[in-house]
Amino acid sequence: MAAPTYHDTKDLIACTECDALYHVVDPNPGELGVCARCHHVMIRPRRFAGMRIIMMAVTMLILMVGAIYFPFLRVEVQGLAHSASIMDAVFAFADVRLSVLSVLTAAFILLIPALRMGLLLYVLVPIVFDRPALAGARRAFRWSEVLKPWSMAEIFAIGCAVALVKVGDLARVEMGPAFWMFIGLVIVVVVQETFICSWSIWKSLDSQSA
Amino acid sequence: MQLVDMEIPGQSERVITVREAGLVACRRCSSVWPGEATECARCGARLVSRDRKSLQRVWAWWLAGIMCYLPANLYPMLETRTLLFTSDATIVGGAIELIHHGSVGIAVVILVASVLIPIGKFLSIALLAISVDRPGLLPKHQRHGLFEIVEYVGRWSMIDVFVVAILASLVQLSVVASIKPGPASLTFALSVIFTMFSAQSIDPRLIWDEDRATNGDPE
Repeated sequence: MAAPTYHDTKDLIACTECDALYHVVDPNPGELGVCARCHHVMIRPRRFAGMRIIMMAVTMLILMVGAIYFPFLRVEVQGLAHSASIMDAVFAFADVRLSVLSVLTAAFILLIPALRMGLLLYVLVPIVFDRPALAGARRAFRWSEVLKPWSMAEIFAIGCAVALVKVGDLARVEMGPAFWMFIGLVIVVVVQETFICSWSIWKSLDSQSA
Repeated sequence: MQLVDMEIPGQSERVITVREAGLVACRRCSSVWPGEATECARCGARLVSRDRKSLQRVWAWWLAGIMCYLPANLYPMLETRTLLFTSDATIVGGAIELIHHGSVGIAVVILVASVLIPIGKFLSIALLAISVDRPGLLPKHQRHGLFEIVEYVGRWSMIDVFVVAILASLVQLSVVASIKPGPASLTFALSVIFTMFSAQSIDPRLIWDEDRATNGDPE
């Protein structure tokens, strides 16, 4: 078929999975804009998403400070007891041969999740409060998207559940305040993800610089 | 939730691709640019209509992943020391031990995350990479399903590494019982990371192009 030519590409959107081309249809908040070819969700606007993402990012950062600071788990067998913080879990690989893994674990469960929240705040706070975007906001948001699969706090939480069952047979395990803070943090991260519509955020960044 | 289909441009009834329209799409931010553009003016990502060179990257990371996965299964993941004995457990060995203790559910979680997902992922990435040039190899619906699984499930394999981290930091009861991470924890983690890079290198548009060339659209 003869392909039509497009002079203005601003109101076009591409499916990043299958390369289908569409005119942007602005769905109402709560609706999902999907690709007709591969059913990939392209746009998912939510009401007051910006403000909610900001509040959840701040909550998450506060919970993370608490989760690092307070005792995480405590184990007790026949009068012998030992407690561990999240940092102890990170430094479990402090053995010289495995020290790279300590760095990776710290990055996956603490540094990258916190960095993503920082980047999202950097991008969204000016947008939500009607200020001009900060320098490098676009690069910041692109990095936040690149880092998404490497933010593994929720996987660490499932790892905790598995470890608890493993130890639970042999010893009495007590969850410390940091444990519950970390679980809260994971819930916040998972809920926040459902509010992040990258197309809407890019659109806001576009209209700000126009 | 209400689904809204995007609007197909022009008078066409059929979905057209960005490439067919002589344009190029940004895979990072889904914006569309004239065909000759090389960098997305919105997010700064590199623009490539079809990244055929990506297959070389896919295979390179895939091979690195396999090379790390083999020692991850041969060396111990955990070294347990108690008053009476010292024992080393590999991934599979640890799961079998769990079944003996009666924790079948947890054993299944470990086996799925550390054996089924990684091996399934190696096979799937290889099949997808080969099928770019031999589209008859797999039915198209399976190929798309496979790609989604490979992209989103792979990171969950890290569970076992985190379990080792928690156990080794928690079970430190002087002479009574102590757990140390074994060398397999590092090679396993590297294997997961390398296969994540491998999966991210796949350009899914290549897979969709072949469908169009051979079978028409799934619609």
